[in-house]
Amino acid sequence: MYGNDFGVPARDGRDTPGPTGGTGTTPAPPDEPPGFQELIDTDARIEPRDAMPEAYRNTLVRQIAQHAHSEIIGMQPEGNWISRAPSLRRKAILMAKVQDEAGHGLYLYAAAETLGVDRADLLDALHAGRQKYSSIFNYPTLTWADVGAIGWLVDGAAIANQVPLCRCSYGPYARAMIRVCKEESFHQRQGFEALHTLSHGTEAQKAMAQDAVNRWWWPSLMMFGPSDADSTHSEQSMRWGIKRFSNDELRQRFVDMTVPQADALGLTLPDPDLCWNDERGHYDFGEIDFAELFEVIRGNGPCNKQRLDHRVRAHEEGAWVREAAVAYARKKQERAGSTTGAVA
Amino acid sequence: MTEHVRYVLALADDVLVASQRLGGWIARAPELEEDVALANIGLDLLGQARSLLTHAGALEGEGRDEDALAYFRDERDFLNVHLVERSHGDFAATMARLLLLSTYLHELWTALLTSTDDTLAAVAAKAVKEVDYHADHARMWVLRLGDGTEESHRRMQAGLEAEWPYAEELFDGSYVDAALLETGVAVDPSTLRERWAGRVVAVVEEATLTVPTSRPAVTGGRRGIHTEEMGYLLAEMQHLARSHPGASW
Amino acid sequence: MSGVSTGSTGGGGSTGGRRDWPLWEVFVRSRRGLSHVHVGSLHAPDAEMALRNGRDLYTRRQEGVSLWVVPASAITASSPDEKDSFFDPAADKIYRHPTFYEVPEGVEHL
Repeated sequence: MYGNDFGVPARDGRDTPGPTGGTGTTPAPPDEPPGFQELIDTDARIEPRDAMPEAYRNTLVRQIAQHAHSEIIGMQPEGNWISRAPSLRRKAILMAKVQDEAGHGLYLYAAAETLGVDRADLLDALHAGRQKYSSIFNYPTLTWADVGAIGWLVDGAAIANQVPLCRCSYGPYARAMIRVCKEESFHQRQGFEALHTLSHGTEAQKAMAQDAVNRWWWPSLMMFGPSDADSTHSEQSMRWGIKRFSNDELRQRFVDMTVPQADALGLTLPDPDLCWNDERGHYDFGEIDFAELFEVIRGNGPCNKQRLDHRVRAHEEGAWVREAAVAYARKKQERAGSTTGAVA
Repeated sequence: MTEHVRYVLALADDVLVASQRLGGWIARAPELEEDVALANIGLDLLGQARSLLTHAGALEGEGRDEDALAYFRDERDFLNVHLVERSHGDFAATMARLLLLSTYLHELWTALLTSTDDTLAAVAAKAVKEVDYHADHARMWVLRLGDGTEESHRRMQAGLEAEWPYAEELFDGSYVDAALLETGVAVDPSTLRERWAGRVVAVVEEATLTVPTSRPAVTGGRRGIHTEEMGYLLAEMQHLARSHPGASW
Repeated sequence: MSGVSTGSTGGGGSTGGRRDWPLWEVFVRSRRGLSHVHVGSLHAPDAEMALRNGRDLYTRRQEGVSLWVVPASAITASSPDEKDSFFDPAADKIYRHPTFYEVPEGVEHL
């Protein structure tokens, strides 16, 4: 889920615990260096070689890795349609978009590596199921309209989550997010445009668009995580400037932005309880089925196995290529002898 | 359809189909950086295809745009070589094909820089820089795989052997109308072969590989006679557009 | 983190024992007249590939006209432990700045 960070409620012990392993009020960890919290409170950035509490480092590693994994796994559901895109213009857009997702994954892995972990270890953790990626990508892309719906809703929700991360207290993460957000706005627009074309096209196209929105709306709302009352990681992450807004705040912001856009598309959001609340100045919306979200996180979503298997296969099938490149570099270095500047 | 249109379509179909095949690598490359690189190459080729198809449609003058030509022509009307339509093998075979194809394209676009067809010359001016980079990328990998590990050497040689017989079709100039050559619209691809071979062989030898001695495959792409795999490629590429005739996307 | 030089971004990227590609730091000159600026890192087996991966990853949207790649392990960075002794002593040398000096009214081009 693109930067927001949550797991299955810990009671069954099958998912990752919170960063501090605890909840409730959050005293400063014993290893917090002097001045650390003051830096954060004055909106300064923590940089890689600064001393930092282990829990801060671990929270960031897990969150950035999960975010990076989401980008990488997120290539699959849309990549699924590159070969079938219905016009060459759409094919080019989609190829560039999926490419961006690989790029975003790489920016984020680079940010994680500044915390002293290796990308290879993070990928191992993803492949072994020890680290998560956004559950949204465990839903299938069944029609072309799903490409539009992902751009509009999933990337829209991602942006709502990500924009505050551009001000995250950890410098490399914030800088990576600025880059990601700049590029991401193209993603949302192309999705909206694709859906707009469909919803103003033939009857069959309009039905395709509506069907996609029906399937992606609720999973998109779930991308923000459980409601604040059930969210384990929030408080410490807020204090550390890793998280700026609560899950519910961001979700509400997304709903408020999206409803008028749905009107412009001429499509219906599949929630009978969705209506403007004058008093709150926000849209009310129906109850989210978090039981489903937790099932998907547990691995029982429609595509969990498929997505991970695909990723692992690509990695394993590429092993001989990566090894060959290392062997070649070593040979070159040996041939060049010890006289000239060798590469790392 | 004039010979001029057919010529431009043949150029377009080579890069369109090559791009379609490369797209299949995205999200399954050996390393994430390579996903990004292959997507770049695929996008460049797709861009060339779009310019060429648009140009072919304009030359034809029957109102067919790039999508009409890409999605609503039948297999027999596609004029690409077999090299680009066969499903890709492993990464080594893919890089072998990219080396053969992009080295040819670089020679082709260089020659077409002076085409008397101004649009072709303009496409060439942009494309020549792109395929130069593609050929460089292929060279980087052929060197690393050829001179890497035992396994990669074996795979790279096998990939080269698999692709090599299909390269010859690129240089068969019999499909190019003599009048187009006389007026300087087209180039005779057979004139590109020598320089192409020099470049490719240099890479192959530097990579400690052996230049294949296999005979050219019997092909017929320029006449619209394709491999069995072409039908599946087009079925996948075209089915959605054809399921909604007249729709815009 | 290890105590060795770990690059400007600080981390990872060792190849020790593993067959992973090493880490490279990437610097981009966004246009003529500006200096190269650090933009992030990537993995590549060697310098040639690092340069190409850098091009594909960090200049897809015309972000650059020139590119540097540097092995992350080749960068020696100042330590945050030494921050005070390295950087604080510059703080009181305000006479190094033109605003320290008073200029009589009406004097120009100074």
